[in-house]
Amino acid sequence: MKKRKLGLALSLVLAAGTLLGACGKTTDNNNATNKGTKNAKPSFTVGMVTDVGGIDDKSFNQSAWKGLQEFGADNNMQKGTKGFDYLQSQSDADYSTNLNTLSRQGFSLVYGIGFMMQQAVDDIAKQQTKTKFAIIDAEVKEPNVASVLFKENEGSFLAGVVAGMVTKTNKIGFIGGMESAVIERFEAGFRAGVQAANPKATVDVQYAASFTSAEKGQAIASKMYSSGEDVIFAAAGGTGTGMFKEARDRKAKDPSKDFWTIGVDSDQTAEGVVTAGGKQVNVVLTSSMKRVDNAVKDISTKAMKGNFPGGQTTTYGLAEDGVGLAPLNDGMPNKDAIQKAVSDWQDKIKSGSVKVPATRAELKTFSAK
Amino acid sequence: MSKRLRNILVPIIAILLGIIVGTIIMVASGYDAVAAYTALWNGAFGNIYYTGEVVRQVTPYILAGLAVAFAFRVGLFNIGVEGQFMVGWLASVWVGLAFHLPKFIHLPLAILASIIAGALWAFIPGLLKARFRIHEVIVTIMMNYVALYVTNYIIQHVITNNADRTPSIPDSASLRSPWLASITDFSRLHWGIVLAIICCFIMWFLLEKTTRGFELRAVGFNQHAAHYAGMSVNKNIILSMVISGAFAGLAGAMEGLGTFGYVATKAAFTGVGFNGIAVALLGANTALGVFFAALLFGALEVGALNMPLAAGVPNELVDIIIALIVFFVASSYLIRWFIERISKKGVK
Repeated sequence: MKKRKLGLALSLVLAAGTLLGACGKTTDNNNATNKGTKNAKPSFTVGMVTDVGGIDDKSFNQSAWKGLQEFGADNNMQKGTKGFDYLQSQSDADYSTNLNTLSRQGFSLVYGIGFMMQQAVDDIAKQQTKTKFAIIDAEVKEPNVASVLFKENEGSFLAGVVAGMVTKTNKIGFIGGMESAVIERFEAGFRAGVQAANPKATVDVQYAASFTSAEKGQAIASKMYSSGEDVIFAAAGGTGTGMFKEARDRKAKDPSKDFWTIGVDSDQTAEGVVTAGGKQVNVVLTSSMKRVDNAVKDISTKAMKGNFPGGQTTTYGLAEDGVGLAPLNDGMPNKDAIQKAVSDWQDKIKSGSVKVPATRAELKTFSAK
Repeated sequence: MSKRLRNILVPIIAILLGIIVGTIIMVASGYDAVAAYTALWNGAFGNIYYTGEVVRQVTPYILAGLAVAFAFRVGLFNIGVEGQFMVGWLASVWVGLAFHLPKFIHLPLAILASIIAGALWAFIPGLLKARFRIHEVIVTIMMNYVALYVTNYIIQHVITNNADRTPSIPDSASLRSPWLASITDFSRLHWGIVLAIICCFIMWFLLEKTTRGFELRAVGFNQHAAHYAGMSVNKNIILSMVISGAFAGLAGAMEGLGTFGYVATKAAFTGVGFNGIAVALLGANTALGVFFAALLFGALEVGALNMPLAAGVPNELVDIIIALIVFFVASSYLIRWFIERISKKGVK
């Protein structure tokens, strides 16, 4: 009887062995073919590493991937190792591995999306000197790294102008993700914009300490609306989706009142559609856009043409079409006047006659004329 | 069938079932399963760089697994490994940055700081459990959140002036070595793996070969019997949490002094502590089992990164396959039952 049990165990192990053995063999074969194709690669290729948000985060990474796809379409490239591709990081520890994988696969240009990858890009750029790297939202001083920064404050300044002109209660909310230099630029620009358009309005600044917590965003938005704030701007990635939900819920319950929101990074108009009082309305006024896609296309094109801005920091602002405001909501009161004010400020910022503050310290000395 | 054989057989069957169901899912959704597993293998062992990265990833998993397993052997479910891991990480980097000492003092001091921080963080739920019988699962889950936000606060407002991450630690506190990097083609492999293996040995020795270990295990088997036999249940509960937290804190030092060399603010948990639970489960709460389970998890994690690029399999599917293996491990009761049934038939 003991023997039978042993026999069963043995046969299981054997089955496992053959299964695993089969895996092993095919491994070797594929290995060889992989190597064969690698050598025959001639042309320009570009890859990007996302942070943990992934390419469908409705914001930052998605925008970068869109830019890469458009670049690929413009240049007849295919998705894959011979054209353009992305790798998603599951945790902070993966940045380095993913950047290494893309560079070892022979990609000509590799993007690190997000300031969290600064150290990893810095280290790997020193090791893989043949690969070109680009980093978004951070600076790395290496000859083969192009650093990309945005003037988020200029885009959110315009959003602040809109908020200042729309508000009836003169109380406006700002929800930040985590405190960082980037989000501080959003905050400072937004508050400056509100101040410029409506000096009587106050801005209530709250940080959610998370870019992924929709429920926290909703809780903060709920408190803000309850205390009479009628416009909220969330520069908080996924946390902002909670704000949209709160605004939609309240609008559906109480269609006569205003519960406005302002989106971030990409045009988030789709988040604000709600049926209130029998007709469809939208609670999103506009979005403060950060055109990571434009920057990605621009740097890729430059790299392909041979004038890659390695070792330099390129800053994209309103003038470079790197930030901007999404089309305004048709449902907002006196839209034409607001549209005109936005264009006026836009011209002033582009011409340099107004300098939008980028930090809270600069905001203190800012005065709009 | 002997207990030992069954203990080895159950995880192996779980892994195989995970792979088989994963294959079915991949084939059903139109992906090339052979290419996917090939990519997984190549992404983990296809190149010396990746192997170095696997070992790097395995190091904190071993320690996190030991932390969970140690508490579990004493009958405690330490869900707080994640939090103890984070405070350990922070403490090691803090000491690394705050002092300027020769390496032979600085590095041990930084490691010691992580151990003490993790142990202290686990001491609180241990004390609450021992004194007031407050369930350690609830306390440790809450302590995870406290750890997450406290470490973020300290990074932003105490160590730095509103920055997202600390500066990098000096070489004198680093576990990394140019030699290890050079033999693995610039991977982030560091000396921590040696510490992790030593800890496996410590855990085995402590639990199996000492009187204290016998007491700890006795409390795990039956608290009342242990109490009746004159052992102090409360003391052993606190002690086991402290040792468990020490392992978890040391796992944090692996990231702080090895993999990263700094600590950054986090929007969410790292997952190392939670994977430690799965590692301990798969390893049947033994030191050797944890070692091999961590190896499997590290290889899966690192190898999976290669699957989207090399085989076109989306990340989500990779997550499903890892989850399936964990699922089958967790449902090992089913496999045990199945094996027992077959064994009983034999007896009849």
